Amino acid sequence: MATTEHTEEHQEPTRRDFLYIATGAVGAVGVAGLAWPFIDQMNPDASAQAMASVEVDVSSMNVGDSITIMWRGKPVFIRRRTDAEVEAAKETPVADLPDPLARNPNIGSDEPATDANRAAVDREPWLVMIGICTHLGCVPLGQQGAFGGWFCPCHGSTYDTAGRIRSGPAPANLDIPPYTFASDTTIVVG
Amino acid sequence: MAGHGTSNYQPKNKVVRWVDSRLPIFSLMNEQAIVFPTPKNLNYLWTFGAILSFMLATMMISGIVLAMHYAANTELAFDRVEHIMRDVNFGWLIRYIHAVGASMFFFAVYMHIARGLYYGSYKAPREILWMLGVVILILMMATGFMGYVLPWGQMSFWGATVITNLFSAIPLVGPSIVEWLWGGFAVDNATLNRFFSLHYLLPFVIAGVVVLHIWALHEVGNNNPTGVSVKSSKDTVPFHPYLTMKDFFALVCFMVLYAYFVFYIPNYLGHPDNYIEADPLVTPAHIVPEWYLLPFYAMLRAIPSKLGGVVVMFSSLLILFVVPWLDTSKVRSAKYRPMFKIAFWVFVISCIALGWLGSQPAEGVYVMLARFFTFYYFAFFLILMPLLGIIETPKPVPNSIAESVLARHHGSTATVGSGEGRPDAAPAAPKKD
Amino acid sequence: MPLKSMTAAGLLSRFARLALAGGLAAGLSGAALAAEEGHSLIEKQDWSFGGVFGTYERAQLQRGYKVYREVCSLCHSMDRLAFRNLHQPGGPEFSEEAAKQIASEYQIPDISNETGQPFDRPGTLTDHFPAPFPNKAAAQAANGGAYPPDLSLIAKARAEHRGFPGFIVDAFANYAENGPDYIYALLTHYEDPPAGVEPVPGKHYNPVFLSGDWISMPKPISDGQVEYTDGTSETVEQYSADVSAFLMWAAEPKLEERKEIGFRVMIFLIVFAVLLYLTKRKLWRNVEH
Repeated sequence: MATTEHTEEHQEPTRRDFLYIATGAVGAVGVAGLAWPFIDQMNPDASAQAMASVEVDVSSMNVGDSITIMWRGKPVFIRRRTDAEVEAAKETPVADLPDPLARNPNIGSDEPATDANRAAVDREPWLVMIGICTHLGCVPLGQQGAFGGWFCPCHGSTYDTAGRIRSGPAPANLDIPPYTFASDTTIVVG
Repeated sequence: MAGHGTSNYQPKNKVVRWVDSRLPIFSLMNEQAIVFPTPKNLNYLWTFGAILSFMLATMMISGIVLAMHYAANTELAFDRVEHIMRDVNFGWLIRYIHAVGASMFFFAVYMHIARGLYYGSYKAPREILWMLGVVILILMMATGFMGYVLPWGQMSFWGATVITNLFSAIPLVGPSIVEWLWGGFAVDNATLNRFFSLHYLLPFVIAGVVVLHIWALHEVGNNNPTGVSVKSSKDTVPFHPYLTMKDFFALVCFMVLYAYFVFYIPNYLGHPDNYIEADPLVTPAHIVPEWYLLPFYAMLRAIPSKLGGVVVMFSSLLILFVVPWLDTSKVRSAKYRPMFKIAFWVFVISCIALGWLGSQPAEGVYVMLARFFTFYYFAFFLILMPLLGIIETPKPVPNSIAESVLARHHGSTATVGSGEGRPDAAPAAPKKD
Repeated sequence: MPLKSMTAAGLLSRFARLALAGGLAAGLSGAALAAEEGHSLIEKQDWSFGGVFGTYERAQLQRGYKVYREVCSLCHSMDRLAFRNLHQPGGPEFSEEAAKQIASEYQIPDISNETGQPFDRPGTLTDHFPAPFPNKAAAQAANGGAYPPDLSLIAKARAEHRGFPGFIVDAFANYAENGPDYIYALLTHYEDPPAGVEPVPGKHYNPVFLSGDWISMPKPISDGQVEYTDGTSETVEQYSADVSAFLMWAAEPKLEERKEIGFRVMIFLIVFAVLLYLTKRKLWRNVEH
């Protein structure tokens, strides 16, 4: 009895196989549905997504000062650049840059990486950037390297005074976080 | 494993054949999970084995996921569990799957054990199979108990305190053992941390013993509702697709029950006090363990002496190891044992009654009832099992599974085989040719 | 032998009947005990979040929050809730602006980045509800030695012991609202002690209270105490219902998501079970078993 039934399975698919296929398909949907919560639980949770904004008082910063603050667990560089640094950045043609995009969410995603587009709106000496090398996530050192900007000690990427990649393995300019100047002396990051 | 290596299994796929001739994993799977001959008269109580495998996998997966978000520290544990419930994506779902899953796991294991007791699945040649099952049960209890401590609620803390204090009943070394278990002078951070570590470890040990359990099962073959051993291929069907589909159907029915608890009454089986953070200064009015430990808790409290209660409680589990030798009957299945059948159902009632008594305050009539049912629990194993095998006259046992199936379908009565149904007279394993 | 076994069987069955009777008697006495404890005052309320399709009522949660904020929060903390929760789906669903506004009305202690000194700043969405007392001892000192419990989980941390057979009925009746039912009953049952009962100093008579008839919390709310802007009646009953619903949400904020997913899962599993049953039956059709 059992053996008869067993050999029948090796026949061509027939109408009666529809039930088997339907059952199998429903089972596959179920497995996929069950898998999703177990995958999604590893995504950032609601408390991490509730983006905390950080207010920074920059009233005590002089020209040439840098500070590093924490935002969403990452370092954010705030630098009040010297005129020489701004000039150096401005003189560099965008065509010479390995990464021609400004990477500044405050102005739009496809803007060219001019110094004005990298710096704070209407406050060109101010540069606010996420201090994480776009290569593999190390924190670059400030005011070092061949271009007077930042230098990543891990694999030697060099950024200029506008935080744009100039040499080394990093593929992109340093990212800029969303931020605004709440007043002349207060920056709100996030 | 049984018959392994003698198979004439020839994979069609070239790659599979190449692998199989070097590592016969496909032959093994074919042998153990596809063509494995299974009695064709198994009823739905036999599906709990598959359900338990599913539950073990579910508990391990959901537990590993919870561990990604949990912190075993008395300062953080309660907060982290609430973090899982509130902020982690689907955290509430995964935690409820795990918490309700513990209850479902025990429900299934108790059904599995009751089925084994009723149909005499512990008798020769399945003694080791049964004993491995008892090992799994004890490991499950330890794991469940330690898992309940992790949310660090009031019941977690006081449950841990009460249960670890059981060991203080041991003469002379008791107090030292308790301090060793705690890693301090009370249940505290060290205790929570080691419980977490062990709670993570033990399921893998259980999985290992489950492999042995299945190995032993596949060596001796399934018992079946008649208790008569498999005689020929007429008695069996291949495991796949017959039993796989039946198990699948039963599993999904089980999941309906499981899902009802998870989605609609997830806290029904929990205790409200465990939503209060542990406080070493305030003991809850009634400390109760999880429902699946209540019968044993009732036995503990039924005995007026501290050491006696602890001994009785642990004996109630350890006695299961010797059940194969306590039962003197030659007939396996209670189907053909009128007196054992009654004794069995009274035993089931006793266990349920003990479970209910475990949740009641230990005073007055409750203690008396608990003593009565505790007595019956032990009498069932120590008095009735040996005695009934001698005084009972079994009903006629069918000659074979095929015959009993035919009799059921065609209304004719089975003929009595003198030596049939006797474990010692049966072939040891359903050998496939 | 047959005679002997008959007697033994008879004995056994009598034994079974005895055991059954014993169990039944125990069950009855348990039920009687439960009734004696006087918690029958806790009546099942008709909550919008009960049942298979239950959802919270936004307006009720918003009113409940107002009651919590103006009354309960003077003594009770609610540590596990952040202001952002007031805005998340499945809750009171205040608009983001409204939730930000509520947060900014609180002063949150913080440490200054520049000076390292503590200072207070307005709250933001990510801040948790501030506690009324700096620590447990301060809370006890201000409340005559009694500690007002944190309310984040109170709706799941308090429940009447249902006893037998109530607890079995509850499982089938899908009854999981015993927490809010208790809170509602507690808040609406402050009354004068019966004649002849000696008042307990510093305690207040409430026959619903789980740990005896005397509770440290004075009657927290009276008619008209909290102003409702949506025309809902300003009675103790209404306040109690609203704040109980709010506390249930606070304890179980994912209830709506849970029940919604649950319904789909149940339908799926039942369809799958039917398909598997048909498959299994087809397979076994030619096998006598």
